[in-house]
Amino acid sequence: MSKIDPLALAGAKSKGKRPYFLETDIERLTNIVLVLAQELAVVRERTDTLERLLEQSGVLTRQEIETFTPTKQQADERGAWTQEYLARVFRVLQQEREALHTQEASSEEVADELAKV
Amino acid sequence: MSSLVSDKPKAEPSRAYDGPPDYRVVGQHGMYPQLSHDEISRFNFLAHMNRHLSTQIMPGVKEAFDARVEPKFVAANGRGFKDRHEVRKALLKDSLFQWWSALRRATMETRQQAGRWVTLRQADQLNAKAKALTEHDQRLKLNPDLPLPRYVEAIDHHCMPGSYHTELTDGDVTGPCNYDIGIFATTGGMLGRYNDGGGQAIAAWVKETLPDLKPKRILDIGAGLGHNVLPIAQAFPDAEVVAIDVGAPMLRYGLARAKTMGVDNISFVQGDVSDLSDLADESFDMIHSCMFLHETSYASMPKIFAETHRLLKPGGIVFHVEQPQYTPEMPFFEQAMRDWDAFYNNEPFWTKMHEVDLDSWMVSAGFARDKLMHSGVAAVVDPDVFPQAAKDTKQEDYGRKAAWHVVGAVK
Repeated sequence: MSKIDPLALAGAKSKGKRPYFLETDIERLTNIVLVLAQELAVVRERTDTLERLLEQSGVLTRQEIETFTPTKQQADERGAWTQEYLARVFRVLQQEREALHTQEASSEEVADELAKV
Repeated sequence: MSSLVSDKPKAEPSRAYDGPPDYRVVGQHGMYPQLSHDEISRFNFLAHMNRHLSTQIMPGVKEAFDARVEPKFVAANGRGFKDRHEVRKALLKDSLFQWWSALRRATMETRQQAGRWVTLRQADQLNAKAKALTEHDQRLKLNPDLPLPRYVEAIDHHCMPGSYHTELTDGDVTGPCNYDIGIFATTGGMLGRYNDGGGQAIAAWVKETLPDLKPKRILDIGAGLGHNVLPIAQAFPDAEVVAIDVGAPMLRYGLARAKTMGVDNISFVQGDVSDLSDLADESFDMIHSCMFLHETSYASMPKIFAETHRLLKPGGIVFHVEQPQYTPEMPFFEQAMRDWDAFYNNEPFWTKMHEVDLDSWMVSAGFARDKLMHSGVAAVVDPDVFPQAAKDTKQEDYGRKAAWHVVGAVK
């Protein structure tokens, strides 16, 4: 194994105090979103390569992809995937909504309570 | 299924494509790392991101400056701006400048991470390849005892972690390799196949300006990994070229890279260019630097100029290629935008270097005022594949455009 760990070192900080132009939390989030945008472009380009190679080798044409119409069952399966996906992404809002209707103690408060003799 | 296939001809693109080329046009010399499909896609995205920032978002900064930043300053102060620093400080309060800046910085850091991932994951192979190419080669002259100049030690230039000098392991070349493979992304492909658009421009300029010059010895100061000195060494194949830099990894990688590209007349020597006492007086016919002075310091520049004067033969030529100086004719807004890299991309000397009177400094170093030369050059690239800075009127990527000024002198 190499002594150099790319996972730890690829994103190393450059020497020099970092400037922030926006509220720091917003700028941190902007940096995260930029990388997600990059990775989306990477996936998009890979899909494009795949489609072109499949077309070249006569497996399918991109026109077939453009005009693809799912059957009822296929559409339902895809719709279900999208529902599950959105539920995962917006979990925090779901839980925020559930919390509207409850009066609950925090774990810290419960800890205090359970520690009482 | 064939009934679904349309017989219609493919639609014409809705607009002519004017973006960067695909990364795969970059020249694959023998020290090039292996790049996966997704790693290439990352560089494609980053080249586009930089191009988008400079052509689509940055013009808005000027619009915001005209529409609200300057009027607000004038209303509050009862006067206009008195220098570029006041402009920059006013811009820092404007949301469009803030967002453009945040994204530009984020893109630079993301580019570093993308390139470092590529080189670090194959560090052992790259370092072994460099070792095989450079071990026992007399053209690589390293000096491990050389003290690091403060201007290199203080901060990692252009947010490149480890800068020019850091070695993660013995014989490390991953730093320069990362620098090399990512220039395409930072410039949107403006520097050509081997990132040598600057060097190609210099070689063409010298041949045109001094057609009779037949230099026997050429010195490149602040050579980095040598990407700009290669075209000069190729333009003068009979010359002995010496490339000096402070960073050992750059020189090691530079020699290995040059050899795989079939360029054999360059020595890569570790040294601090403000003191080249190992080199004899009047031993060079041509001395140059390319985008180097702005990475030095106020204290070292006179020494660098004095050394070039000492090392040059009578009748020899010295020249420095840089972004344009901040002359009184340059609007404060442009000066402030050009200062962005100084303050926000770890190029701290950029701001001061661009306000000095280089002519006077050259004269102080011993060059005759009537022997000074000034010119402008733009990157020379393969125009069938790469965008040409000289013809690019859409983008003025303040300080990053691939077009430069030359200041020089004949001794």
